[in-house]
Amino acid sequence: MTTIPPRPTFTQDWLRIARMGGIAAVGQTFIALSNMPVRLDERLLIKPILSMGYLILIVLPFAVGYRYGHQIKREGMPTFTPSMYEVLGGALSGALAGGGLSLLAVLLRHFDLRDPLVNWSPILLNLLTFGNATWFAVIIWIVIGTGTGAAGGLLRLLGPRAYRTAISVAITVASAAVLESLIVDIAKGLGLENLTDRLYASRGGIEWLSAIVLAVASGTLGVLGRGRFRQAKTQLSQLEGTARTQANAALIALTLAALIVLPLFAGKLTNELLANVGIFVLLALGLNIVVGLAGILDLGYVAFFAVGTYTAAVLTAATSPRISPEMPWLLALIFVVVITGLVGLFIGAPVIRMRGDYLAIVTLGFGEIIRLLFLSDWLSGWFNGAQGLVQIPPANIFGLTEIGGTEPRRVFYLVLAFCALAIYVSWRLERSRLGRAWMAVREDETVAEAMGINTVNIKLMAFVVGAMLGSFSGAIVAVKVGSVFPSSFLIVVSMVILVVVIFGGMGNIVGVIAGAAVLIGVLGGPRQPGLLAEFSEFKLLIYGALLIWMMLARPEGLIPSMRRSRELHQHEITQDAWLKN
Amino acid sequence: MANPEATSTDKPILETRKLSVDFGGLHALSALDIQVQRNEIVSVIGPNGAGKTTLFNAISATVEVSKGDILFEGKSLLNLEPNAITSRGIARTFQTVRLFTHMTVLENVMVSQHCHTKQNAFGALLYTKAFRTEEAEIRQRAEEVLSFFGTRLVGYRMDQPAFSLSYANRRRLEIARAMATQPKLILLDEPVAGMNPVESAELTTMIGRLRDEWDFTIVVIEHDMSVVREVSDRVVVLDHGEKIAEGNYDHVSNNPEVVEAYLGKSMTKK
Repeated sequence: MTTIPPRPTFTQDWLRIARMGGIAAVGQTFIALSNMPVRLDERLLIKPILSMGYLILIVLPFAVGYRYGHQIKREGMPTFTPSMYEVLGGALSGALAGGGLSLLAVLLRHFDLRDPLVNWSPILLNLLTFGNATWFAVIIWIVIGTGTGAAGGLLRLLGPRAYRTAISVAITVASAAVLESLIVDIAKGLGLENLTDRLYASRGGIEWLSAIVLAVASGTLGVLGRGRFRQAKTQLSQLEGTARTQANAALIALTLAALIVLPLFAGKLTNELLANVGIFVLLALGLNIVVGLAGILDLGYVAFFAVGTYTAAVLTAATSPRISPEMPWLLALIFVVVITGLVGLFIGAPVIRMRGDYLAIVTLGFGEIIRLLFLSDWLSGWFNGAQGLVQIPPANIFGLTEIGGTEPRRVFYLVLAFCALAIYVSWRLERSRLGRAWMAVREDETVAEAMGINTVNIKLMAFVVGAMLGSFSGAIVAVKVGSVFPSSFLIVVSMVILVVVIFGGMGNIVGVIAGAAVLIGVLGGPRQPGLLAEFSEFKLLIYGALLIWMMLARPEGLIPSMRRSRELHQHEITQDAWLKN
Repeated sequence: MANPEATSTDKPILETRKLSVDFGGLHALSALDIQVQRNEIVSVIGPNGAGKTTLFNAISATVEVSKGDILFEGKSLLNLEPNAITSRGIARTFQTVRLFTHMTVLENVMVSQHCHTKQNAFGALLYTKAFRTEEAEIRQRAEEVLSFFGTRLVGYRMDQPAFSLSYANRRRLEIARAMATQPKLILLDEPVAGMNPVESAELTTMIGRLRDEWDFTIVVIEHDMSVVREVSDRVVVLDHGEKIAEGNYDHVSNNPEVVEAYLGKSMTKK
């Protein structure tokens, strides 16, 4: 890549500035009117400067400021050296973005649009004006926009090392602030309360002095340890054959050890969170077999989750109205898996003969039908309708321990064990005759059939295996929550599981786990709070935005499956082979 | 691989009897009688729309047969699912290359042995001895099939996804995949289409070797007359769904009806 001298500062691309600034201004207005800033203003990040509400309002100006300096790199084409041109352009785009809020403040003061826009409130105006007059808001938001936009542009001027340091400092401070509850919880378990007391203010947020100390510390660490991490990563990826296998095995063992040790030091909150993530990992792994491997877009996966939970509840709870065998949980689990598998077969048999979009719609329908059956009067003699089944006893594991909702740590270990099982199943099946047949069906059903694969049976198998894996998490949720209601199995659960799979990387086990950790752990599940519990109201909005961004920027998912990433290295391999000959 | 001593050579391996395929009012094939003998290479030629690919689709059950019958080794193929036909011993390739693009080259060939293997999910999960032996066998047979094409599909290429292959290699992989289903009869739909003259000459000799070394019976649709002349024992000419000529290449190429089908009627009548 050749670089040519910078562009003159005052020959800006005005159209680009207007376009990006304009889009960001609209975005800012939308965010402000979504009520997110007002809600999140209570959550202090850095005391007393920055609350999460204001952080959200400076993200967009910063992003467009950075984006403005982006140059498309074409092979053999020169790029400009970054200069004040980028900073000024970024500042101007940011100013426009901030200007959106200025305009909003003026409109808020003089018009009342509360009728269609429910969040058109004096509270929002107060937030935007910082309690001052309107002209103050007009000026301050343009200034803030300009400042953050310029900061985004400045990022372009940094060399690669400084850039990396800046990013790591930002990430450190941001995660320390955002993950406060998790850090405090773990520190308490480790007996490091002194440290967190000093870091965080009594009512939330990092003390500004501590924030500076943290920034300096992480910056120094970044400079000292520069490139070590990267080096190790490249070294690892260059290993081949048995060395690679050993390294992978070591990594897996390390992760597993960490997951076993961590909960011992973590409090209830963290363990609860880990258990929730684990439950969604289980669900997502099951759906991954159906969607990721066999390519069957199942929009009603929650049905199997529901059947698993209800079966476990009926078989173990004494309060179950029709039959209450009060089985031990482990024995019930066998029935849960078998019954859910049969339901998978029953739903799958008519559905599976369809293809593509039709299939997706029909699965969506079945997902709702199952929920409505549990809710119906017709079956209320079995499942108590909307009252649901309550007082599900804790699970007794070989008389060693009792696992119930009051002990999130034990629940987590239970989930971990089943996740390990599900990972093993996914991993083994993918590398078997059955897994290859699934992939062939995913790639081209007609050809798969012509190659001797009975596609109906193979797709049914995927449905049943997926259902069985999903039933595990159902059985665990039954003992974890201790009760089960039809309203826990809304269609949005199916969607969230699907988003986890797509976001993480379809067809890839590690990707699916990462997807669940990020989405469920940070944002939270349909009902489970995540680390950012403040966001719960806006969860679906953020899910949607993330999914759209993901489809545009990284359609293969967070951690794509090997098959997809191999594509990227193809050129290098052929080039090497060619050079050798 | 095929079993040459099983039946006498005079009985055809594949036979269509009054085979008709209609698409609405269009007669794609009408009352077609074709016989293919064991270990024969038969070319099916004809102008565009003559019904060549429809014939293949009818044999492999991807289109419905309206009238008539298809017999393979004396037994009817009607009312069978496509995968059942493959397990009977008929494999095919597609005119437009249709590989499993996101699977590796090796996996493409391994998955095609599906109907001759039987390990289920439990074997895979328990990692039984039977499972491991079968996996090893599948892999070995896959490598055997791939090495038929020289160095082109083996080595590091085996673990490459199929979409990374060049066009000619994709065509070769299609044939390899058909070979891996362990057929007695292979239907090749325009195997050299889009290849350069060198590649197409090479593939022509390979079609001969498929018969000689692997004991396959081969039916091939081809537009490239040099290939047809080179490989065919017998040529069947279709036009408008009907057989208009049959015989060896020289016989067929001098047949006035065939010339007319390809070039149109002569202006001056003789």
